[in-house]
Amino acid sequence: MAFDNAFEALTDASDDSRWAFGTGFEDPLSGVDTSVPSGVDGSALAAYCLMLGDDALIFSHRLQQWCTNAPELEDEVAIANIGLDLLGQARLLFARAGKADGSGRSEDDFAFLRVEHEFRNVRLAELERGDFGQLIAVLLVFSTWRLALFSRLVDSEDAVLAAIAAKGIKELTYHRDYAARWAVRLGDGTEYSHERMQAGLGSAWPYVEELFAQHDVERRLGVPVPREEFDEVLSQVLEAATLTTPEVPPRAAVAGRTGRDGVHTEAMGFLLAELQSVARAYPGATW
Amino acid sequence: MVSALAVAETVTDPELPMITLADLGVLREVSEKDGHVVVSITPTYTGCPAMDTMRDDLLHALSRAGYGDVEVRMVLSPAWSTDWITEAGRQKLSDAGIAPPGAAPPGAAPRGPVRLTLTPPVRQVRCPRCGSADTESLSDFGPTACKALRRCRACQEPFEHVKEI
Repeated sequence: MAFDNAFEALTDASDDSRWAFGTGFEDPLSGVDTSVPSGVDGSALAAYCLMLGDDALIFSHRLQQWCTNAPELEDEVAIANIGLDLLGQARLLFARAGKADGSGRSEDDFAFLRVEHEFRNVRLAELERGDFGQLIAVLLVFSTWRLALFSRLVDSEDAVLAAIAAKGIKELTYHRDYAARWAVRLGDGTEYSHERMQAGLGSAWPYVEELFAQHDVERRLGVPVPREEFDEVLSQVLEAATLTTPEVPPRAAVAGRTGRDGVHTEAMGFLLAELQSVARAYPGATW
Repeated sequence: MVSALAVAETVTDPELPMITLADLGVLREVSEKDGHVVVSITPTYTGCPAMDTMRDDLLHALSRAGYGDVEVRMVLSPAWSTDWITEAGRQKLSDAGIAPPGAAPPGAAPRGPVRLTLTPPVRQVRCPRCGSADTESLSDFGPTACKALRRCRACQEPFEHVKEI
């Protein structure tokens, strides 16, 4: 479609005005059969999609904070692309959640109009940005875990979640390879880069246990815990990178509750304040 | 009146205007019944911001051709693969200086863990400018979600490469 300029394309695209934030009027699942299959617990499915969507949204926001801050242009582009892939996964998962629980909430409702304790992401996703070594460590842990999980979710009884997982696998494979190669490059690099990479791993490690603590919602859906695959991949990477598994205690839960229960670290409030600022300041704004 | 399928097949990708959505394998199906047109498309990457524009472009092309009642549906499964890009599409990409993808990796297919690749795979990607096979990877991530960055060692020019998924 040819337009003389971008503004013409925008004004021509739709009679509707556009949101000043969020995703506008487009439903990423439009035309997809979103009925919940019989035998599947709709509310558990919605809660689980929300968890996976929150992991993606919150970590994507952290990755976006690397824009203009990465060590090299190529890596800045890579980190932004990984953030974009995760944002796409979040959109589909939120849309799935809003349909599965019958609430009809949109992805924008989930992303912009919930408060901190309603977010169900693991705490690893919200960690302060840290240095590049920490980014690589968190990305390695996050993408290894998520890829292992998604390669099992392709067998989910819910066809929509299975399709989202199948699509996500292709993206996450690139993410994990990127993180793993950087971990090796830094870990097996100079003495100084090794030190920084090992320190990054030390910052991420207290949040690993939480990834594999099966939540009640996961039990209800029969979601497997891919701990073995995670351990295998991590040991393969750490060995090649001459890094060691950090010996640090897991970050404590608060009265047995963690990110999956809506209990977050101090970093989360600041992150949400930034993420939701426009939507909160100008509710329903259009332009 | 031109058929709805023929109209939909003329719509190009917003980011890669040299190639049509049909060439790209994004246009999955066009059906027409009693004046109601249903167009099915599949996203390349889940975060691809061009999907909304593709939908709008399809609606507009069809409405200009006289189809007022058009519905664009999203198809998620099976997930899009670069293997679906047509031969004509590959040629058009190459002519525009973008190296077309090789065969897609097996991924988790049929089932099971995805293999870790610590060493970037050696790919036979020809430079779309000078044709040399002596090219190297700069980054698996590029200016759009679907492209990687490479450089030709013969003519020294950097170029984009549609990465295999």
